[in-house]
Amino acid sequence: MKLDAKIPEGPIQNKWKKHKANLKLVNPANKRKYEIIVVGTGLAGASAAASLGELGYRVKVFTYHDSPRRAHSIAAQGGINAAKNYHNDNDSVGRLFYDTIKGGDYRAREANVYRLAELSVQIIDQAVAQGVPFAREYGGLLDNRSFGGAQVARTFYAAGQTGQQLLLGAYSALNRQVAEKTVSVFTRREMLDLVVVDGRARGIIVRNLVTGEFERHSAHAVVLATGGYGNVYYLSTNAKHSNVTAIWRAYKRGAFFANPCFTQIHPTCIPQSGSYQSKLTLMSESLRNDGRVWVPKSREVAEKIRRGELTANDVSESERDYFLERRYPAFGNLVPRDVASRAAKERCDAGYGIVPTGLGVFLDFRDAIERLGKEVIRERYGNLFQMYEKITGENPYETPMKIYPAVHYTMGGLWVDYNLMSTIPGLYVIGEANFSDHGANRLGASALMQGLADGYFILPVTIGDYLATLPFDKISTDLAEFKDAEQKCIQNTERLISIQGNKTVDELHRELGKIVWDYIGMSRNREGLILAREKIRNLREEFYRNLRIPGGRHEINEQLERAGRVQDFLELAELMALDALHREESCGGHFREEYQTEDGEAKRNDELFSYVAAYEFRGEEEPTLHKEMLHFEYVKPTQRSYK
Amino acid sequence: MKVHLKIWRQKNQQEKGHFETYTVDEVNEHMSFLELLDVLNERLIKEGKDPVAFSHDCREGICGSCGMVINGRPHGPDSLIATCQLHMRQFRDGDTIVVEPFRAKAFPVLKDLVVDRSALDRILQAGGYITVNTGSAPEANSIPIPKKIAEEAFSAATCIGCGACVAACKNSSAMLFVAAKVSHLALLPQGQAERTERVKKMVKAMDKEGFGACSNTGACEAECPKGISLRHIARMNREYLRATFIAE
Repeated sequence: MKLDAKIPEGPIQNKWKKHKANLKLVNPANKRKYEIIVVGTGLAGASAAASLGELGYRVKVFTYHDSPRRAHSIAAQGGINAAKNYHNDNDSVGRLFYDTIKGGDYRAREANVYRLAELSVQIIDQAVAQGVPFAREYGGLLDNRSFGGAQVARTFYAAGQTGQQLLLGAYSALNRQVAEKTVSVFTRREMLDLVVVDGRARGIIVRNLVTGEFERHSAHAVVLATGGYGNVYYLSTNAKHSNVTAIWRAYKRGAFFANPCFTQIHPTCIPQSGSYQSKLTLMSESLRNDGRVWVPKSREVAEKIRRGELTANDVSESERDYFLERRYPAFGNLVPRDVASRAAKERCDAGYGIVPTGLGVFLDFRDAIERLGKEVIRERYGNLFQMYEKITGENPYETPMKIYPAVHYTMGGLWVDYNLMSTIPGLYVIGEANFSDHGANRLGASALMQGLADGYFILPVTIGDYLATLPFDKISTDLAEFKDAEQKCIQNTERLISIQGNKTVDELHRELGKIVWDYIGMSRNREGLILAREKIRNLREEFYRNLRIPGGRHEINEQLERAGRVQDFLELAELMALDALHREESCGGHFREEYQTEDGEAKRNDELFSYVAAYEFRGEEEPTLHKEMLHFEYVKPTQRSYK
Repeated sequence: MKVHLKIWRQKNQQEKGHFETYTVDEVNEHMSFLELLDVLNERLIKEGKDPVAFSHDCREGICGSCGMVINGRPHGPDSLIATCQLHMRQFRDGDTIVVEPFRAKAFPVLKDLVVDRSALDRILQAGGYITVNTGSAPEANSIPIPKKIAEEAFSAATCIGCGACVAACKNSSAMLFVAAKVSHLALLPQGQAERTERVKKMVKAMDKEGFGACSNTGACEAECPKGISLRHIARMNREYLRATFIAE
C-alpha cells in the first residue's frame, strides 16, 4: 500500500481554501442520518464533537472519565499560539509556519503546518466568543507572551491555566449540543477495540467502567481523539490514566502508526523525589520568559548544594553558569524544548546537578523579581508558584525552583492524511493522537492550537467529504465483526485476570518505564536500542506470567483498567525501539548519540531520512515500514540553529 | 513516619459501607496523600485483598477528579489544594487519618471513595454556555474587556468541578459551583444575550438534582481548592433576582 497524504496541489497559501472548495457536502437534512463516534473529550475531541453536533450530525462521545471536563488537556498550562500579530512584532502566518517547521526539525508536512498556522487566528476568536477569559491588558485587549522557539510574542494565555480555560470553552460548546440533543455523552466508558467492517471503521467496543459490561457502538465514522502515549515511560507529566490503548488497538486493526519514537522531553518539570513517585509535574514553559536556568560553574559548589551545605542564594553571580544563555545567545532561555532538555542533561551528566540525585538544575526568578517586582511575577505565574510550593515545600519567590526534564508529549501517533483520516477509511484521528504537524519536536503552546484546529475547523469539514459517499443505513451491532471484537475483548480481560501472579500492574509498568527512559529517552544509541527490545520482550513475557489483578471484571476495577493499558504499552515500547533504531540520524526529540555535530547538537540526515516512518501491524511478524517522503518547497531544511 | 488510615470501604452503590483501619509504615514526608494510598493499595493487592478505589487523574490539582474528606475536611488539612496536592508533611508520625468519600444526596457513592458527580455536568448542560457556533465568532479584539472584569471572570472560571463545595456544605448545596459559572459568564459582554435565561435554567437544574439551599456559612469558599469567592454567590443571587423581574 502506497501512502497518499492527499495534499492539494497549488501554492501553499491556497491549498486549504482550494481543498475546502472541492470537498463534497452533506445537505443539512441528511446530516442527521449520519452517526459519528468521537472517542476522547480533550480539546480535540470536545471541539470536534461540539462542532459536528452544531452541523447536525448525530454524535456519540465516549470518555473513561466521569465527566468530559477531566480530559488531560485541562492541565495544559502556558498558552496557545496564534499569528495575530497583536504586538506589532512582525509576526505572521508565514512566520508561525516557519517557526513550527523549523522547531519540528524539518520532519513535518509543510501543507499541514501552514494550514495550522492559518487557522490559529480563528481559534482565538472562537474561544473569546465562548467566554474564555484570556489575560488582557489595561486597555481591555488581549495580552501575549513568548514561548520557546519563537522571537515574537504570540502566545495567548489565561494565567497558568490556559488548557483548562480552553477545554472548559470546548466543554461548554459540547454541553450546549447535549442540551440540543445532537450529542450523547457516554462517560466512564473505555474504548477497547475498533470494529472494522468491509474495510471501513464502523464502531467501537467499550467497557463500562462502573458495571464492567462490554458494549458495542456503531457509527458511520469513528474519530479518535485519545491523546498521547507519554505514560509508556511510567513517570511523565501526563495524567495517570492517559494511555495508548485506543490508538494501539486501531493500529492492530490496520491503522498505520507513524514516528512512534518522536517523544518530547520537557525541560522544566519538578525532579523526582522518591521511588513511590506516581507522576511528574510540569512547570510551564512560560516560566522561561522570566526565569533563568543555571547550575554552578564549579563541580565542588554543585556537590555542596547537593549535600545541603550550600543553597542557591549562597552562590554569587560570577559563580553561576547560565548555560542556555551561554550556549544559545540568540534565544537564551527560550530555546525549544528538546534543546533545553538536552543542555540540562549534559550539565547534570557532567556532575553539575543541584539536587541529591544529581538530576536537577535551577530555574531562577531573582532577577525578574528585582526588575518587575513580586506582584507582577505573581500575576503572571501565581498559580504555578503555588503549585510548586505545595509539592516541594519551597517558596520560589525566595529560592530558585529546581527542575529537570521529563516526558511530556508524543509527536508520534496514528498516521493521517491531509483530511486527518487514517489508513482505515472512516477512521479519523485528531489532536495528540495523530502524528501530524509537530515533526520531531513540538513547540510550546502549539498542542492546544493543533488540537483545536483539528477539532473545530478541519475535521468537521473533511469528514463530510467521506460521509457524503456513504448510504444512510444504520449499522447493526449484531454483525459478526462486532460480536467477534467484543468476544476478543472479554477473552483478553479474563485472560489478564486469570494470571494471578505476583507482581502488580504498577510494578511491571515501572520496570517498563525505566527501560524506555534509559534507552529510548533523551538520548539513544544503537546498542541500547537493541538491548531495550530484548528487555521489553522479556518483560512482556513476564507480564503474561506474573501479573496479579485483584477482583473481577463486573465491578469498578482500576487495576484491571491499567493492566489493559500496560499490556499495550509493552507492545508500543518495542515499536518505539524499532523506529528509533531504524532512524539513523538525530532530529528534534530523537537524539541518536552516534549522530551529533561537534558541539553536541542534533545532526539530521535529510538525504536518507526526510520521511515519515509509518508502521503497518503484521501480527507476530515485524511491522512493515512505509515511508511518506517529505518535500520542502517553502522552508529550506538547514541545520537548526538557535545560537 | 507511620500513619494509621481509617478508610471508608463500600463495595458498590447498593451495599452499606463501613470503616476499616490500615497502618502504613515508611511514610515519606514528600509523598503525596494519593501516593500513600498507592503504597497501601500495592500492599493490599499482594495480600490478596481488594485495593481502595478512589478517583484521580492529573495529580496536579486541575482535573478535579480526586476528592475525599480527610479528617473531616474535603481535600484534607491544607488550603487551596485538591487532594492530590496534599503532601504527607502536613501530618505527624503516629497520626490516625480518617478518609471518607464526599457525602451528598446528589453524589451517590459508587465504590469506596468514588462518587458519582454527574449532577454537576447536568447543571452545566442546562445553560452553562454561550451560544456561538464554530466559525461564527467575531475578531477577538473587537470586544475589549476591562482587565479587572476579565480577571474577576477568570477567578470564577478556575472552578475545577471537584464538588468539594458540596461536600463542605452542611446543606450539600452546590451554590458555589453554580455561581462560579453564572458569574463568569454574566461578567463578560459575550454572556449578556443569555444572561437572564441562563441563571434561571441553571438554578432550576441545581434544585432538581437534590442539592440543598445555601447555608450561608462560607464553608464552600474555605474548602475550595481554587479559592473561589463567595462574591460569586452574591452575584448569582443578584442575577437570579434580576431575572425574576424580567419577563421574556
